[in-house]
Amino acid sequence: MSNENLVSRRGFFMKMGILFNGLVATALTMPIVGYLLSSITRGRANAYLSWVPLGPLSEFPEGETRLATFRNPYVTPTDGKTADTACWVRRIAGEQLQVFAINCAHLGCPVRWFQQSSLFMCPCHGGAYYQDGSRASGPPERGLFQYPYKVQDGLVTIQAGELPTPGASASLAGKKPTCA
Amino acid sequence: MRLIAQIGDWFDRRLQLAAPIREVSEHPVPRNTASWWYVFGSAALVVFVLQLVTGILLALIYVPSGGEAWSSLQALNHDVTLGWFIRALHGWGSNFMVAIVLIHMVQVFLFGAYKFPRELTWIVGVFLLLMTLGMAFSGQVLRFDQDAYWGLGIGASIASRVPIIGPAIVKLMLGGPIIAGATLSRFFALHVFVIPGMLIGFVCVHLLMVLKLGINEWPMPGRVVKKATYTAEYHELTKKDGAPFVPYAVWKDMFFAAFILLAVAACALYFGPFGPTGRPDPTIIQTVPKPDYFFLWLYGLLSYLPPSMETPALLIGPVVVIALLVLLPFLSGEGEKSWRRRPIAVLTILLIAIILGTLTHLAGYTPWSPHMNAWSGDPVPEQFLHGRTALERQGALVFQVKQCRNCHSLGELGGQRGPALDSVAVRLTQDQLIRQVIQGGGNMPAYGKNLSPAETTALVAFLETLHPAGQAPARDASRDVVLGDAQEKRPSGQP
Repeated sequence: MSNENLVSRRGFFMKMGILFNGLVATALTMPIVGYLLSSITRGRANAYLSWVPLGPLSEFPEGETRLATFRNPYVTPTDGKTADTACWVRRIAGEQLQVFAINCAHLGCPVRWFQQSSLFMCPCHGGAYYQDGSRASGPPERGLFQYPYKVQDGLVTIQAGELPTPGASASLAGKKPTCA
Repeated sequence: MRLIAQIGDWFDRRLQLAAPIREVSEHPVPRNTASWWYVFGSAALVVFVLQLVTGILLALIYVPSGGEAWSSLQALNHDVTLGWFIRALHGWGSNFMVAIVLIHMVQVFLFGAYKFPRELTWIVGVFLLLMTLGMAFSGQVLRFDQDAYWGLGIGASIASRVPIIGPAIVKLMLGGPIIAGATLSRFFALHVFVIPGMLIGFVCVHLLMVLKLGINEWPMPGRVVKKATYTAEYHELTKKDGAPFVPYAVWKDMFFAAFILLAVAACALYFGPFGPTGRPDPTIIQTVPKPDYFFLWLYGLLSYLPPSMETPALLIGPVVVIALLVLLPFLSGEGEKSWRRRPIAVLTILLIAIILGTLTHLAGYTPWSPHMNAWSGDPVPEQFLHGRTALERQGALVFQVKQCRNCHSLGELGGQRGPALDSVAVRLTQDQLIRQVIQGGGNMPAYGKNLSPAETTALVAFLETLHPAGQAPARDASRDVVLGDAQEKRPSGQP
């Protein structure tokens, strides 16, 4: 056996070793990436959303806006209280409602309803909204997020499950911005 | 003594570390770098070690579960012996670490230490700063209270604005569709494993380069850095004017490190731990979330940016800032090191310090936030009610009841979102007041639909009385001319 062959044989095995490791690493990368991105893939096609009950329609008097809470439909065992969510329910008349997310359309702080001035105000950066959820003043670029709702047999249900954020509003199936 | 020496020899025969350690500690440094200005890097390292130790101690008790984290923090504060002190050390250590890293960076910048051949040391340092800020933010999340919960909401709202992949980034960040248990778990992993691991690695590289390239010499005006000659000049300097790092320079580092540790301990002892504030229950909406000290400037910036600027500024701003910091040593890798010959560098630091300082100061009392309880909590000062007509007093009532006070102050009480109204009648005529109340504008909601004509009349009548004694309210001269005839016919003089 010549010297050259000896070197190339070892070189060949080293290259094979690198290739072998590369293959194994690639094979292992797939499940790791799949695991890491599972919170995204699991929520495809609005899989996180479902219809949750808010309470009987009679709890929401006509012409008034009331705070309601619901348990997020998608929960994990360690969520504790964090899976409880609040929202504002405005009953315009009859079965005509508006259900607003608690999160300000600016940066997500909890907005509060002021009945006397018919305004929602945000404590963080001073965003304000009219009673129909449209933007009144401050930094928000749009009106409050709204949940799709149904009234069945006197029970108000909304389609919820995801944190409403300014960029993700499309997936909430809410209305288009009421104020550009 | 001989036994200890023998044991030492036994280990060194196997480890063979004594010689390299001696070489490192006795390497010559330029004599004038043994300065109190050169102690911040080592102080940052010492505080980092303090954070590692106290962090591990906290992990003995802390439970990274959305349902139990808050209770475990309460247990640390109240049940576990000296748990409050370890939490306080970790919290104050975090504040000190960010501060010292920033001071270290400013010193390195002003002393031109980022120039050739220490470009990579600077770039690694930039990433160390980013990781330190990442630790500060993720640490704030682990203190799982109301501020942490809504702070995550703010983070998610910012992340969601990334075009196309924004919603996916939010789910990746939250570990699910909402801020919940999975969110806390992944921030725990980031804060305890990922970022500290990277920090340790980057600190080692940073230190290695400081040793290999030598500590930056004291900058002298006129001593210009040139790539061709710098290395030789630096070696000449350390050879001619050098002194061994140990003990010549190290004692100042040691003194300062001990002083900083003492200061952290004193703050921890005196001020105690940070929070936790209220339980992270999103159905409790009576909360005014606020970030920790080092992110207050960002909180301020976010309220002052015009809506149209916000998304571009949030998404492009950080990229530009980080790119500028990384590119700095390539943009000015040579030339003067001394701050005495670099006025723009000094002015840049001053400008940034003033901007950050002002925004932080403003975020301390948030003039942009409405005072949510002012309408029911702050009284109308007596001088604005004394000797007023029934209509005007009715107007004062409307002013309170309609929550005007949440954004407008009277007698320095109330919100500062809108202008103070103590002397509004001097600025606006009756017509202008009516228009402003009904139509809003200039960042004020329109109240036309929420006020009856009678309420508007009363409110404006009250607002017209708000002028300093002896200073007449604003009048529209043309209105007097137009209404002149009509007014003459009315004996009462009412319009």
